[in-house]
Amino acid sequence: MTGAANHMDAIVIGAGHNGLVTAAYLAKAGLKVTVLEAAPQVGGAAVTREFVPGYKVSGVAHLLHGLHPGIARDLGLARHGLDLKAQRVATRSLLPGGRSFDVGPGSASTIAAISKADAEAYPAVMARLTRMADALAAYALHTPPRPDIGKMDWEGKLNLGRFAWGLRRLGKKDMLELTRILTMNVNDLANDYFESEAVKGLICFEGVLGLALGPRSPSTVFNLLYRLSGFGANGQGGFLIPKGGMGSVTAALAKAAQAAGAVIRTSAAVDHILVENDSAAGVVLSTGEEVRASCVVSNADPQRTALQLIGPRNLDTMFVSRIRHLRMNGCAAKIHLALDGLPEALISERSRIVVAPKPDDIERAYDCAKYGRVSDRPALELAIPSLSDPSLAPAGRHVASIVAQYCPYRLRATSVNEARRQIGERSLDVLEEVAPGLKKRVTAMEVLTPQDLETQFGMTGGQWHHGEITLDQVLFLRPVGQAQDYRMPVPGVYLCGAGAHPGGNVSGAPGYNAAREILKDVRTQKRVVGAA
Amino acid sequence: MTAYVEHLKPFLRKTPFHERIEALMHGNHWMRWTGHYSPAAFESVQSEYFTIRNGASVYDISPLIKYRIHGRQAADYVNHLITRDLSKVKPMQAFYTSWCQDDGMLVEEGTIFRFGENDFLLNSAKDQLHWLEQVAYGFEVKIEEASNDLCGLSLQGPQSRDVLRALGINGIDHLPRFGIMELELGGHWLRVDRAGFTGDLGYEIWVKPQDALWLWDRLFEVGRDHKIAPIGAQALEIARIEAGFILIDVDYSGALHALRPSNRMSPYELGIGWTVNLNKPGYFVGKRALKREKEQGLSRYVLTGIEIEGRKPAPGSFLYADQAGKHELGLTTSACWSPTMKKNIAYARVPASYAKKGNQMWIEIWYQKEHKIERSMVRCWAANRMFYDPPRKSA
Repeated sequence: MTGAANHMDAIVIGAGHNGLVTAAYLAKAGLKVTVLEAAPQVGGAAVTREFVPGYKVSGVAHLLHGLHPGIARDLGLARHGLDLKAQRVATRSLLPGGRSFDVGPGSASTIAAISKADAEAYPAVMARLTRMADALAAYALHTPPRPDIGKMDWEGKLNLGRFAWGLRRLGKKDMLELTRILTMNVNDLANDYFESEAVKGLICFEGVLGLALGPRSPSTVFNLLYRLSGFGANGQGGFLIPKGGMGSVTAALAKAAQAAGAVIRTSAAVDHILVENDSAAGVVLSTGEEVRASCVVSNADPQRTALQLIGPRNLDTMFVSRIRHLRMNGCAAKIHLALDGLPEALISERSRIVVAPKPDDIERAYDCAKYGRVSDRPALELAIPSLSDPSLAPAGRHVASIVAQYCPYRLRATSVNEARRQIGERSLDVLEEVAPGLKKRVTAMEVLTPQDLETQFGMTGGQWHHGEITLDQVLFLRPVGQAQDYRMPVPGVYLCGAGAHPGGNVSGAPGYNAAREILKDVRTQKRVVGAA
Repeated sequence: MTAYVEHLKPFLRKTPFHERIEALMHGNHWMRWTGHYSPAAFESVQSEYFTIRNGASVYDISPLIKYRIHGRQAADYVNHLITRDLSKVKPMQAFYTSWCQDDGMLVEEGTIFRFGENDFLLNSAKDQLHWLEQVAYGFEVKIEEASNDLCGLSLQGPQSRDVLRALGINGIDHLPRFGIMELELGGHWLRVDRAGFTGDLGYEIWVKPQDALWLWDRLFEVGRDHKIAPIGAQALEIARIEAGFILIDVDYSGALHALRPSNRMSPYELGIGWTVNLNKPGYFVGKRALKREKEQGLSRYVLTGIEIEGRKPAPGSFLYADQAGKHELGLTTSACWSPTMKKNIAYARVPASYAKKGNQMWIEIWYQKEHKIERSMVRCWAANRMFYDPPRKSA
């Protein structure tokens, strides 16, 4: 039949990590899958980016901790070139006056130099928090429960039961503690557990990273637990700096998908999803080309998916309103440095580095952002991937990858260009204090503000989780209530990106869950596959 | 001079017709309608009712909330908002329609006037601007509240056409039901549409506020030979029930205002499923839910008409399948004695299987007789809700 080449079982919009995971699982199940990616390369926000000739760095996401080991195993990512061994890094917090301390996993803790009590408390506290995070993360590879539990299928009920049992198994003390801290702010938590400002600062930083919230904002403990979930059985057990950059993860995923039979087309931007008879019929590319399929899976964020790809005219009003009102405020800038050498303090620094010496520093940095300004003194997370992977920079040279918080998406009186300049300069100023001599080593710098992340990577609001990870935007409320099962209201359209449960980080979990739900529909013949 | 506490002073607004209405009112029989003084009755509800059915009744409809909807994509927008197929409505036509929430529950029903391809006026009983704006996301459309731009009188009854003819409106004989015409009369701008809430021959006449008293005076001057008289809401209520029209807050709660989600009702449940066109091109708000409701038979009940034995009006009365009252079916909403039909009528929410015309049910009516409350359990029968439908309505 003519046009058969343009008639697929399933189309995946976007070759980000989750899109590739979904494509791989669908292809493995025997579906004819095409992945359509707007950029010239796969990866989405998990790419290796040559920002200056010869200098490569992970484009948006730069540390891997959430990649679900089950998915990596399922898809044989090791076979497809992903090497995650011996790339685990510890965290070093740099303090003013040349002081610093290290925490694991990945190296021995040196908190004792700061505070004996905290050194003693830290491992137990982190183990406890990780245990709780693990119990919560047990739901990562399940579809979130419906609010009306009675209408769930037996599998859903079983998952919910297991989840409850997992929480129960934490024991009475931990369960009570979890209910106490779940909605709390991370500053209060840090005060409960630790005495030194330095350790509290680090904990607070982990709690606010990726949020447009400060350490004293509610729900930041939940973000901390969310991030810690990658440290247990549902993640990589710590931070990894992937060899070859984050692009190596998505390259392996792309190979896995292709090996399973999926076709990946790059430089193929989707303009909108084709809706016929109120159901998905395919997509229309920006070139006008139509690709048809009765199953269209979007790896784009929920706002882009609903408001642009599907379009409000195919949707109900309250659904559109809830999607419009998602908090999608990016707050972090990504800074890439090309260095002709490293200053003393960083000379052999393979760790992930955090510059957030005390909670008040972060809170004040957030105060600026709250009122639409770039932080005067941003809090920073930094990695120097070229130390462990020299191929990322010319010989003897280095690259640094920095997440600078806060650089708000919603600016009040600052232009985007001004914000870009400010966050770059101010981040270097902060770094110079803890690593003197860094500034004069910088030969080139790239700054990506949330606006840049939006325009270059298609993430609405520059929010790298496709929607902030807060209690009101997770589980059965992700992306919004009654759309928690990866199905968009238009039959045949699915959401597989970070905007769906369980959320952001390079985990592959939303993509995996979406594929499972799609295949359920295929099996129950809700979606006619292969109808040409 | 009495010193009044500021917050105790009456704050209701007076419509541009107020002066004339007040002059004819016996007692102080006002009621509140969207923050306006509105007549409940003038002197005798009975005689006002018979004016509707035999003469030409005048009712001030200025308090209706009006929204002007215009802009490049106004037609697309209205079609997305409402459940009927807009493409079947031509400019200078009015039409009755429902509009729903995502899950197919009725926000409100009412009349929309189409003046041009992309020029509409929506009349509603409740404030809707927030909802209309929400639906507007993604459409190039402007929605403005225009409640005070025009004021209007509803002229209803078999002699209404004669009055308008006498007023000098040429072409009124050719105005079809739901048609709209605009004209100049004695230097005044007028809009006349053929619609109403009585189920009778009738028109609505809209003028600019400064022309209100002129219109009133002219109408009563030329209407003298046609039994013209003002009416209040109580007489209109009887005509409305006879005609089968539902009323918000009486027969249903608007989805945006219902206190309990389960109290919201769908167009199918309200017996106005005919306003839902599942086959019209494109999507409209609530379509998926309404389609599911229709295909899977999910309607919980239907608001049907019933005719009741005896003469006791039965608002808020329970219906049963059996005389013993063991098997409860539902509740009545609107109810009255129909003076024209000489029947005891009501609307009742009952499961669809009980709403088949002629189906016998039992109804429990409590009523007061001097100083006693008495109960009667009598028979009632499902009936077409449009109890009264004279040929002149659309002739």
